[in-house]
Amino acid sequence: MTFDEKYYNIGFIDQLSYKDTYIHRLDPRAKLIATLLFLFTVISFSKYEIAALLPFFLYPMLLMTIGEIPFMFIFKKVILVSPFAVFIGIFNPLLDSGRVVIFNGLTVSAGWLSLFSIMLKFTLTVSTALLLIATTSFPNICHALRQLKVPSLFVSQLSFLYRYIFVLMEETMRIVRARNMRSYGQRGADMHIFVRIVGILFVRTVERAERIYFAMLSRGFQGDMPSLKSFHVKTSDVVFAISVAAFLYIFRFYPATEIVGRFIQGVFS
Amino acid sequence: MSHHIVEFKNVSFRYPDGTKALSDISFRITHGESVGIIGANGAGKSTLLLHMNGYLMPTSGTVNIGDIYLTRQTRQEIRRKVGIVFQNPDDQLFMPTVYEDVAFGPLNLGMDEAAVRERVEAALNLVSGLELKNKPPHHLSSGQKSAVAIASVMAVEPDILAMDEPAANLDPRSRRRLIDLLKTFEHSKIIASHDLDLIMDVCHRCLVIKEGTVVADGPVSAILTNKKLLEENNLELPLSLQRC
Repeated sequence: MTFDEKYYNIGFIDQLSYKDTYIHRLDPRAKLIATLLFLFTVISFSKYEIAALLPFFLYPMLLMTIGEIPFMFIFKKVILVSPFAVFIGIFNPLLDSGRVVIFNGLTVSAGWLSLFSIMLKFTLTVSTALLLIATTSFPNICHALRQLKVPSLFVSQLSFLYRYIFVLMEETMRIVRARNMRSYGQRGADMHIFVRIVGILFVRTVERAERIYFAMLSRGFQGDMPSLKSFHVKTSDVVFAISVAAFLYIFRFYPATEIVGRFIQGVFS
Repeated sequence: MSHHIVEFKNVSFRYPDGTKALSDISFRITHGESVGIIGANGAGKSTLLLHMNGYLMPTSGTVNIGDIYLTRQTRQEIRRKVGIVFQNPDDQLFMPTVYEDVAFGPLNLGMDEAAVRERVEAALNLVSGLELKNKPPHHLSSGQKSAVAIASVMAVEPDILAMDEPAANLDPRSRRRLIDLLKTFEHSKIIASHDLDLIMDVCHRCLVIKEGTVVADGPVSAILTNKKLLEENNLELPLSLQRC
């Protein structure tokens, strides 16, 4: 993938977050809390759990459908980061050699179960986190964090990150383009040229940071980021938060898949 | 009124790496004047602007803004009086949305929320950018960015407006709009630019800077028609004068 494509990819998720759907209109605090609850619930399952995790796919699926987020976009992103999760679990089948019966006398090593469980948890958590970003504009997430009393320093860092990642990427894109245009397929892609580009980028970033800091000072910055916007909680936000919490509670503490399974078994026998 | 003055007296400045940027520069700008600062690349225009609200401190000499002498103690006060608009709006717009960015200054002045909202809307209206208020700056065009950058400075209601190349990167219509906008401001204005036509339209007085000092100071009509002086400073006659 070229740098340009990468750049527009990040831009795309940003554009998505400015859509106007039911999910996008929810209070960012409600979404943030729901996402965090979801993450903790999923992580809290034991390392061999598989069946009980499956119902949790309902949540990201619903967000995706109602929030009109293209499935393939999220799917590709999850695949892109999946190597991290794979490498965490890849040796489990070898190390964890206990035998587990999964189906009428078919046994596998417990390691395979835990690898699979890791992959499920990974897919659930990463896709939900991505969906939070894709359905909530970044400035709103920062506001939500600030209102939830996250230290202002962290929130400022995050909002600067969001503000300048595009500027920085554009700058990189210009340098990379300039290099490609004059390297004529030759040694332009060489390692030591790359190192120099990174160096130049660093110097320019430091200079820019200085100018930004001055711009802040000249408008009276004295070490604290002020903020204005306050949200008003709507009924729909409360409904959303409560139903997510209820959903998580039920599927965490009642073996829902098992109950459904037994029920179906009962019907057919 | 005479208190919105900007006075530089024998100011010299040397960057930490030894580059001499200002040498013994002196001038006085009085209330309500609009002054263009022109000169070749590297003549010291930007350094000069950075002294006006105390980002850089003179190595020697004094800077007097509205009867307050620039020292480390008075810097904050002076920053309220002088609003600086940077050349690159991306440096100036650092908050995640336009609205928050314009509100940044007034909030730092400790104003209450209702007053801040009023200021922000007034400032955005001034540059006809109210409909941009919820956008993040990276979704704006260059023209919109520089309009918002001006609004973010105007929201603090400074007495003196200093601008560094305000029309760089603007398309002709946005540039024209900027010129019309600048003409409506009654502040003291100090504009550093290579865009001599802009200076001719907006300013009454012109300073020519060379190697960190003033080499000419006079009404725009005299300086911008002086072909010899301009050419000595890597400049040319304004395009509008070249035609006739």
